[in-house]
Amino acid sequence: MPPKQAAAKSNVSAEELLGHYREMLLIRRFEEKAGQLYGMGLIGGFCHLYIGQEAVVVGLEAAAGEGDKRVTSYRDHGHMLACGMDPKGIMAELTGREGGFSKGKGGSMHMFSKEKHFYGGHGIVGAQVPLGAGLAFSDKYKGNDRVTFAYFGDGAANQGQVYETYNMAQLWDLPVIFVIENNGYAMGTSVVRSTKSPSLWERGAAYGIKGEEVDGMNVLAVKEAGERAVAHCRSGKGPYILEVKTYRYRGHSMSDPAKYRTRDEVQKMRDERDPIEQVRDMLLTGKHATDDDLKAIDKEIKAIVNDAAEFSKESPEPHLDELWTDIYATEIPQEA
Amino acid sequence: MAIEILMPALSPTMEEGTLAKWLVKEGDKVSSGDILAEIETDKATMEFEAVDEGVIGKILIAEGTEGVKVNTAIAVLVEEGESADEAPGQARDAAAPAPAPGPQPSTKAPAVAKPAAPVADVSPDWPADVAMKPTTVREALRDAMAEEMRRDADVFLMGEEVAEYQGAYKISQGLLDEFGAKRVIDTPITEHGFAGIATGAAFGGLKPIVEFMTFNFAMQAIDHIINSAAKTLYMSGGQMGAPMVFRGPNGAAARVGAQHSQDYTAWYMQIPGLKVVAPYSAADAKGLLKSAIRDPNPVIFLENEIMYGKSFDVPVMDDFTIPFGKAKIERAGTDVTIVSFSIGMTYALQAAEKLAAEGISAEVINLRSIRPMDTETILASVRKTNRCVTVEEGWPQGSVGSYISSVIMQQAFDYLDAPVINCTGKDVPMPYAANLEKHALLTVDEVVAACKQVTYR
Repeated sequence: MPPKQAAAKSNVSAEELLGHYREMLLIRRFEEKAGQLYGMGLIGGFCHLYIGQEAVVVGLEAAAGEGDKRVTSYRDHGHMLACGMDPKGIMAELTGREGGFSKGKGGSMHMFSKEKHFYGGHGIVGAQVPLGAGLAFSDKYKGNDRVTFAYFGDGAANQGQVYETYNMAQLWDLPVIFVIENNGYAMGTSVVRSTKSPSLWERGAAYGIKGEEVDGMNVLAVKEAGERAVAHCRSGKGPYILEVKTYRYRGHSMSDPAKYRTRDEVQKMRDERDPIEQVRDMLLTGKHATDDDLKAIDKEIKAIVNDAAEFSKESPEPHLDELWTDIYATEIPQEA
Repeated sequence: MAIEILMPALSPTMEEGTLAKWLVKEGDKVSSGDILAEIETDKATMEFEAVDEGVIGKILIAEGTEGVKVNTAIAVLVEEGESADEAPGQARDAAAPAPAPGPQPSTKAPAVAKPAAPVADVSPDWPADVAMKPTTVREALRDAMAEEMRRDADVFLMGEEVAEYQGAYKISQGLLDEFGAKRVIDTPITEHGFAGIATGAAFGGLKPIVEFMTFNFAMQAIDHIINSAAKTLYMSGGQMGAPMVFRGPNGAAARVGAQHSQDYTAWYMQIPGLKVVAPYSAADAKGLLKSAIRDPNPVIFLENEIMYGKSFDVPVMDDFTIPFGKAKIERAGTDVTIVSFSIGMTYALQAAEKLAAEGISAEVINLRSIRPMDTETILASVRKTNRCVTVEEGWPQGSVGSYISSVIMQQAFDYLDAPVINCTGKDVPMPYAANLEKHALLTVDEVVAACKQVTYR
């Protein structure tokens, strides 16, 4: 792949736009299907959907390179799809089946892929932030130039361990990109009700960490900022913060009635800022694709998601012996 | 093709709900994300969104209907121009049956039996002809780390004051000089953060040793120890885990009060995914720490400040390790079994000496490894002596001793001639005053009295 340049909209290729469209659509359709399977009782427990936030992971994955690592919270389905994990394995983990990435033992919030350098899927708010810095520590220790994306939300941004981590990440020049996915609400509490310093990325300045705010509904803007962050980290200058302003359309989890915001607020965001519609518009107005081209992609994505759903229903429940496996390792798992 | 819209489960526990209100009517065109209806669950009123595009062909359940079971068809979605009568009304049975929400038995097979416990390994820790060298526990711990750091470049040490200060308790003396600042890393005083960073580094393929200045401070880090380090192997289906050691002094030192004097052995002992060891002697310290560093799992390595300066013989060997799960009979006896670990062993051995003077022969077992625990060695001894006293400085409720008592009850009940007694620290926060502190901890006399009680002497 040629070195990426800060791309103005005018010189973005049709191929790139179509790629973003396809990946964001896959996340959205996958999440809609997950919501449906939850409604049918096939997915249990907590299930946090990523609908509305698709541009964040798709933009940043477009800026990531081979071998870069990522770690996130429990709202993790989009991250896994964006880094190339098989939708079948993800959906089967959601349904708690043998074919899931964790053999059904992790569930929606706890999934991993050594192969794709995806380090979870963590259910404790903010825990992934020092874990991400630790992954970056391991790369710096080994002397390679890989970077780690540590994603967390505006809720986690108020966790003490985030600031302990900022301090050490900058002190040790760790190649970690702290991605604050600010979707405006920590469960039901809006950002303005949880802090008087709502510009979350600026808090990094207290530790000397550079950063910026990004329009998280615009995949091209996210990618461009991601490239700046990656270049900073890869060149050995230490951590970088991206506060990506985004929005989740669904409740915090499937059981959240989302009464803390108006229906109009959500509808306005969907109508005016939707990340997928924005790319769709660019594709159509730029004559990069026809309606029929996009319909064909829609159909293709729908088929992938339906296959994943079928697989997740057909894959058997884990064998009872699995209850007692993977508690202790007998040898150290090797790095992919 | 017509699609049935089913009554959704909208919480982890919902089995039925009220269809409070329809926000669409028959003939309305809907697209993905449109709100179709309001549904009342036991907790809240939820909006129910369309997943598929289409036209509402038919509403099957009227608004206001209560007790609508999850997965009941509530409406039919058709394509434009299609009739709702083409809906797969009766075809529902043919559709893949969704399992009912909530727990359900997968099969009638009995629960899987736990793997059988290993048989007691009573082999000596080192060959009989090997030379011995008097070594303090402090030196043994340092030697273990240095040897393993020489052996494996992925091993590093991090913690407060481990490098330039040479260790708050001088355990890491000399390591910075030999291994440099890349591998011996001073951290800020942020246990939660650096425990998380070390765990992430372990996920990334390194083998961190995290020193806590004391395990009392590790309470700030316990979320990462348990939720991140101990559980990830299981949650990832075996894909990745945390090969690392959390070590430092545990339990009471002297006159440092309630917040610096807690014994956490029983806390960590409870966690599947962790291994927990608590050495007594310098040989234990060296052999177990080397094993801990090589172990592919997170290991809690509980030291004791009072023991750091004590000297013991350590075998002079190129590579001396002690396997986990292997207790050591420190003193053989026939009348009563005393089981202890870490500094508790000092009370146990002194008590055995006093008891011998009174004609009572005590067998003293040094557990060393708390999880996995060598219960076979304990049971074999109890079957011989028919009596058991456990000794630890930690609190009584949910103690290591209470677990051992339960194992003996279940597996050697018929051999017991007296109830097992747990000698523990007193059930109080550690006081500062010298006289009170002494009473809060164990005494040798208490152990002697317990042994006399179970031997009816």
